[in-house]
Amino acid sequence: MENNEHHEGEHPVNEHHGPEEGMIAHAHHPSYGVNIAVWIGLIGLTSITVAVAGINLGSLALSVALIIALVKSMFVVNFFMHVKFDSKIIKLCLGVCIVVFITMFVLTFFDLTFRY
Amino acid sequence: MANGTIAVPGRTAEVDFYKVKGKYKGILSWLLTTDHKRIGILYLCSITFFFLVAMTLGVLMRLEMLTPGETFMKAQTYNSLFTLHGVIMVFLFVIPSIPAIFGNFMLPLQIGAKDVQFPRLNLLSWYLYIIGGGLAVLSLFTGGGIMDTGWTFYVPYSIRTTTNVSLSVFAAFVLGFATILTGLNFITTIHRLRCPGMTWFRMPLFVWALYATSWIQVLATPVIGITLVLIILERAFGIGIFDPTLGGDPLLYQHMFWIYSHPAVYIMILPAMGVVSEIIPTFAKKPIFGYVPIAISSLGIALVGYLVWGHHMFSSGISDTSRVIFSLLTFMVALPSGIKIFNWVATLYKGSITITAPMLFVLLFIFIFSIGGLTGLVLGALNTDLHLTDTYFVVAHFHYVMFGGMGLIFFASLHYWFPKMFGKMYNEKMAKVAAYWIAIGFNTLYFPMFIMGYMGMPRRYYDYLPEFQVYHIISTVGSWILVSGILIMFYNLLSGLKNGKKATDNPWGGTTLEWSVASPPPLENFDEIPVVTTGPYDHHHIHGEEQNKNNE
Amino acid sequence: MNNNTDSAAEEIHEVHVHRDDFGSKMGLWLFLLTEILLFGGLFLLYAGYRFKYPEGFAAAASELDVLMGAVNTIVLLTSSLTVVLGIVALQKNKLKLSLFFLWCTVFCGIIFLVNKYFEWGAKFHHGIYPKGPKLQEMSEGEVMYFGLYYVMTGLHGLHIIIGLAFIGIVMYRMKKKVITSTNFQKLENAGLYWHIVDIIWIFLFPLLYLIH
Repeated sequence: MENNEHHEGEHPVNEHHGPEEGMIAHAHHPSYGVNIAVWIGLIGLTSITVAVAGINLGSLALSVALIIALVKSMFVVNFFMHVKFDSKIIKLCLGVCIVVFITMFVLTFFDLTFRY
Repeated sequence: MANGTIAVPGRTAEVDFYKVKGKYKGILSWLLTTDHKRIGILYLCSITFFFLVAMTLGVLMRLEMLTPGETFMKAQTYNSLFTLHGVIMVFLFVIPSIPAIFGNFMLPLQIGAKDVQFPRLNLLSWYLYIIGGGLAVLSLFTGGGIMDTGWTFYVPYSIRTTTNVSLSVFAAFVLGFATILTGLNFITTIHRLRCPGMTWFRMPLFVWALYATSWIQVLATPVIGITLVLIILERAFGIGIFDPTLGGDPLLYQHMFWIYSHPAVYIMILPAMGVVSEIIPTFAKKPIFGYVPIAISSLGIALVGYLVWGHHMFSSGISDTSRVIFSLLTFMVALPSGIKIFNWVATLYKGSITITAPMLFVLLFIFIFSIGGLTGLVLGALNTDLHLTDTYFVVAHFHYVMFGGMGLIFFASLHYWFPKMFGKMYNEKMAKVAAYWIAIGFNTLYFPMFIMGYMGMPRRYYDYLPEFQVYHIISTVGSWILVSGILIMFYNLLSGLKNGKKATDNPWGGTTLEWSVASPPPLENFDEIPVVTTGPYDHHHIHGEEQNKNNE
Repeated sequence: MNNNTDSAAEEIHEVHVHRDDFGSKMGLWLFLLTEILLFGGLFLLYAGYRFKYPEGFAAAASELDVLMGAVNTIVLLTSSLTVVLGIVALQKNKLKLSLFFLWCTVFCGIIFLVNKYFEWGAKFHHGIYPKGPKLQEMSEGEVMYFGLYYVMTGLHGLHIIIGLAFIGIVMYRMKKKVITSTNFQKLENAGLYWHIVDIIWIFLFPLLYLIH
């Protein structure tokens, strides 16, 4: 059932201070199968990473490797870490962190690309 | 009532948190507390101690600079002094003080909560602060001498110098950890523990400021964490990552250092601006003008603060493209700050203004911080910066914003929340005299630095050409005026602590929730978690005033 | 509540802590963000130096054993699976099964560390370490690479140890029935920490081992 515990998160501020969303965590459809499937996918992607590294892709090699790593991380984050089913707040926190990280890279490389 | 508390119908006379008997007695009731109010006071004592130490170092530096060449100390000693002064001020005072002291004490009260989300983590943060401070002190007495790299620890010198860099850098790392844990604690607290009715846009602006600050603490501090670790590893193992003789790039160190240290200055100023947004409505008896823009501008400053770090590196050798981009981005950060200043001044317009000591500090702040901010624009413009970088102009700029900005508001906070924290009043007249004295001393000390910096006096220089001496002398005299003002201020506060009049719950007529509880507050802050129905600056609901009217 | 000031001062006052699982998760996530950025700084340095010394990095990476790296990657991915299976088992109230999965995780972590030990050992044996004889003869790019190699894998290994300790403490509390099928946030938190350590390795593996 699509239960309203699906999104743990902000307490309802227009209600009296009582039992709030997320104070007590509930498991939503804990499943061995889904996780094992994700794991198989991750092993597969790892094999692809190694295989592709053998092919001479020149300058594309780094991008391909990073993209595969990114896809693997998204699986770990969304399924193993459950973020796909988590409240928007968690997604926002992670998103802000990634944006800051990318910003650091981009602005630093404005220097490095012209100096190195 | 006889003891100065206001009897509120339905509220029982709760014991204040100092007197409540917890699990531990005596000193352990402080050292093992998880009460955010006691932790705030623990920070107050430790931070004030380090502030006074660093202030003394500053006085000694200014004494040395009275004459060119050696006045009474060797150049090496002078280098160590300005390094220490910077490290202690930045990491042990300016960054932590307002969040750790007033954030800890007031945040739960202002959002109607009984404590922060993670009280034991809060105590751990304080212990990490003490350990960090202790390690910094230890580094003075061990190893090859007091570090002399400047608080910025630039490579390659910080890798080569034989002075005690590793231990002090490790101390900074530990302090960074404390900062991260506090930030994480505050973010979670604000998300999870706001009382019913307190939506995001009904939170006091101090809370918004703490929220934005905490995000910077969480996201920026790890970068300097790893950078400091790399310095230690570099010194210990010769890894080479920043060592130009092995292929490393010293500018990458500067990038990593300033990626944190620029946002760090917003960690310093945002909470102070939050306090200003509290004090002005209280003493102008008016709701803040432009609540939403001020709240959003706190987030805006935090965000844009990540984009500008390169302006500390304009003359270091980075590419022209990046210099132009960083300069442009630097101008952008003036916008949200400007929004705040305009809104504060607009709040004063047609307000019913009382000049108390906190309000006086705030008004002085607006003037002094504006000078600091505007000179920041001069430094943010690439072409002018190339003449002024590494001169006393920069020194003046950052003291105007850090000390005249954050420092003055630290003093303002001490006075504003003094009655709430200690249940006593200080001497208002003496406090105002001290405030004026401090402002006069401050400007005498730092304004000449703008002039001599413009004329070419380099910073961190022990010796100088004779044409600068007159400015140095004025500046040093200013330091004596400033310090005596500060001492008078602290003396006044300590007297208030000992012999001050008992404070009422709400001596200033404040509208935020901390003024609705006793001074000092009871252990769990509120008998019952309040339910909020209005914004935080609603002057129709001044706490205690309805009851006062009923008692007449 | 206390009505009499005198007797209130006598009572021992304990502030009770409310349970807030989401708050606990959020706090841990914020800490994970700091871990991401801690390593992020190192990835930034890596990116800079790889950009500067592409041949040096490729040459240095060829010294690494891709098979070892791949095995370690699979070991960690498996350990991430087992920690999640452990959580699922606990949520289904199967304590013994859950602990079994968590032991698997610990076992995988230890295998990873042992592999690392051998990898590093092999490098030391060949003189490839900071200020080591072989490293002194290498090009600047290779020196930068190995500097980053040791710091990044070393810091990562340290976090494996921390993660194992975290899981160990949680397993102990599960045995004590403090962490249960209806109170499992702390186990989830340990799992989250472990996954971040895994994700860091997911990036380290191609970046350190697979440069050509």
